[in-house]
Amino acid sequence: MATKKKPTKARKTARTSGAWPVAGEERWELRLYVAGQTPRCVEAFSHLRRICDEHLEGRYSIEVIDLLKNPTLAAGDQIIAIPTLVRKLPRPMKKIIGDLSNTERVLVGLNLKARAS
Amino acid sequence: MAKKKASKISKPSLPTLAKTPTGISGFDAITQGGLPRGRPTLVCGGPGCGKTLFGVEFLVRGIEQFDEPAVFVAFEETADDLTKNVASLGYDLKKLAADKKLVVDFVHLDPGDIEEAGGYTLDGLFVRLDLAVRSVKAKRIVIDTLEVLLGSLNDASAVRAELQRLFRWLKERNLTAVITAERGDGALTKHGLEEYVSDCVILLEQRVDDLMATRRLRVVKYRGSSHGANEYPFLIDEHGFSVLPMTSVLLDYKVSTERASTGIADLDVMLGGKGYFRTSTILVSGGAGTGKSSIAASMVNAACSRGEKAIIFALEESPSQIVRNMRSVGIDLDKWVKKGLLLIRATRPSFYGLEMHLLTMHKEIAAFEPRLVVLDPISSLMNAGSSRDVKAMMVRLFDSLKLRQITGVMTYLTTAGKMEETEAGISSLIDTWLEVRDVELNGERTRALYVIKSRGMSHSNQVREFLLGTDGVRLLQVYAGPQGVLTGSARITQDNRLAAEAQLRDAEAKRTENLLRRKEAALRAQIAALEAQFESEAEAARFELTEVARQVEREQAESAAAAERRSSGLATVGGSRRGGRR
Repeated sequence: MATKKKPTKARKTARTSGAWPVAGEERWELRLYVAGQTPRCVEAFSHLRRICDEHLEGRYSIEVIDLLKNPTLAAGDQIIAIPTLVRKLPRPMKKIIGDLSNTERVLVGLNLKARAS
Repeated sequence: MAKKKASKISKPSLPTLAKTPTGISGFDAITQGGLPRGRPTLVCGGPGCGKTLFGVEFLVRGIEQFDEPAVFVAFEETADDLTKNVASLGYDLKKLAADKKLVVDFVHLDPGDIEEAGGYTLDGLFVRLDLAVRSVKAKRIVIDTLEVLLGSLNDASAVRAELQRLFRWLKERNLTAVITAERGDGALTKHGLEEYVSDCVILLEQRVDDLMATRRLRVVKYRGSSHGANEYPFLIDEHGFSVLPMTSVLLDYKVSTERASTGIADLDVMLGGKGYFRTSTILVSGGAGTGKSSIAASMVNAACSRGEKAIIFALEESPSQIVRNMRSVGIDLDKWVKKGLLLIRATRPSFYGLEMHLLTMHKEIAAFEPRLVVLDPISSLMNAGSSRDVKAMMVRLFDSLKLRQITGVMTYLTTAGKMEETEAGISSLIDTWLEVRDVELNGERTRALYVIKSRGMSHSNQVREFLLGTDGVRLLQVYAGPQGVLTGSARITQDNRLAAEAQLRDAEAKRTENLLRRKEAALRAQIAALEAQFESEAEAARFELTEVARQVEREQAESAAAAERRSSGLATVGGSRRGGRR
């Protein structure tokens, strides 16, 4: 897992724009499920933006889904807790629940960092 | 006095707890109406004890019988698996879902792929529940098994807070909920869910006694309602869940004064001349081969002839064997089976536990609605449990038969010596008890039947000989004399002896009669002779009397002539002379 991080960083410096990654690069598709504009949800979104900008600059997209507006979408990704971050891409799918205040755990959950043993 | 008081207290109609009938057979009876309406109920038990099924049945019956749409939230099984699993019990979840009556929502929680980073709520779950509940306007909900949440999520305090909110949420929406939970060691549930659900807790158990598994249900608590506190056996079969309540411990069933024939005319005579009371419990006890089953079959035959339905629960013979055997005593049961009036069900007593037997019988009885039920023989059920259990089962069986206004006929195989002890246990439950006994005499075995007891009727106290022939069952008069009860050939001998004695007596009587007749004739002759003698004597006397009278006349005439002569002159001399001469 740790090996994955290094080439990513290496590529990052090679790239110029922050738009969708060019062919052959890992594309990150994230979904953040929230329920209304609760402080916790707002917080989670800002934490996520910060982390992504730090580690995945220019290669990610975040889709925010408000379950209060689209309740039917909860079943698809088996959402129970709010907020829930789902890593749709790259595969495999990963789920991180909580307000994402614990950056360490978010990075582990997103496989951006090895789990400390 | 006490009785009056009690009835007074119960009279004012207190606001009773609203209940939602589950539709699960027997369960509503023990909870007096079902689950608390608009409140959560915890159903806990070990693995495989039927929690999920209880939930599914609660919902399906709610939809089918009470038109209450429902939501099933499955944490453990996918909707497909669940649908398949309960299809074997006759529930078509797909159809109910298509009819917009049921939503099965599978909530998948894989502890492996969830990372927790910061605080969270379970709003996602609430959103899903809300959506499901609103989409069908659900009144009932089952959450199976909520504990998965506690097992999969690390932040226990957050989850517990959310669970509390969930139960509030359920109550606010007035949902009658069933929450299932795994049984924990020494506690009702593994994760202490019982502290959130305080209204009603039901415990399901599966126990194995003597290699036989029995499922049992107990209402641990039911706030605001009285409920049966016992453990009730329950059954899961192709018709779903059924609980067997020991309902009528109240002894409040109606009794019948209607009488019905046993099909054996002489036996009817012994039972006060009219046969048995309907709805009574009849025990026919006796040793091996004494004809207990034949008596029972006669009663079945009689009932079916009246157009009534009957069930025979055979515990030792197969249906075809019974039919064949009874044909040999002139009872054609097959005819009634074909007409749909008779059902013969055969099971080995060891095939299920006692409760299972009872339940299967219950179900058969409820479905067939017979007026007569035969259990042949109940003694073999003794193998299926301890004598206390057997007695408890009998009580329940007899009670349920009485409740349903069904006459029960039990046969009981007695073995020498053991008879009293075991029978004593159930004898108090029996209304009419017939005993068939072997009588061994003069190198043959015959049967004697007598009525040990028969409640509510004056019954014969006689011992009758009991005869099985190709023309059915017959009872004969037996002799009870100085030599004891005589049956069989001894009875025939006695018959002959009595006949000879009678002949002898006849001859004797004739002789005496003749003698008398002769005596009478002699006397009559004597009387005639005496009369004749008297007649002749009387004749002589009468003759003499007339002679005397004539003499007197003559003399008077003479004296008159003499007086005439004296008046002509010679009166004095002549008169005195004549007087002097005389």
